[in-house]
Amino acid sequence: MFIAKIVGNVWGTRKHGSLVGARLLLAVPVDPASGRPIGEAVMAVDQRMSAGPGDTVLVMDEGNSARQILDDKKAPVRTVICGIVDAIFYQGKAVKF
Amino acid sequence: MRAAHVIGRVFCTRQVPQIDGKTLLLIQPLSWDGLKPVGDPLVAVDAVGAGAGEKVFYVAAREAAVAFDDLPAIDAAVMGIIEGHVYR
Repeated sequence: MFIAKIVGNVWGTRKHGSLVGARLLLAVPVDPASGRPIGEAVMAVDQRMSAGPGDTVLVMDEGNSARQILDDKKAPVRTVICGIVDAIFYQGKAVKF
Repeated sequence: MRAAHVIGRVFCTRQVPQIDGKTLLLIQPLSWDGLKPVGDPLVAVDAVGAGAGEKVFYVAAREAAVAFDDLPAIDAAVMGIIEGHVYR
């Protein structure tokens, strides 16, 4: 799993059946302490977390876990939003979001 | 799961049976930030009827095989056509 910030979303009607009804968000991995982006944005599925733009989230980054979270054995998904981060305690500091 | 631009199709008269009957699309991966080309083109199996010139999103590795019912031996699959996206 990695910590990321929601920076956008994607929409399209013609897509794989397992993605119908799921929100497709763009999440860029961020450094927990500073919040600076550290890498390429990825598209992650948000089924129940209803994360919004600017939210700091936890992203599951492995297909099998993603399919269990989405409860869909056929979902061709690797990254799923699996939590909205409220705070991180890191190197003795508390980072709140 | 990354964005890509469909830049062509690939036809092979001789190919392994696992990819028979599947459309092979030549795609150029794009960054979500500004849809700029990033990395080298690759060949992905089409799962949604994407055509040349369309902006799509694809998935790689085992998730590509999961996109199909019979779990074929493929490593990348186009599974959606981008109608629009926002990137702040």
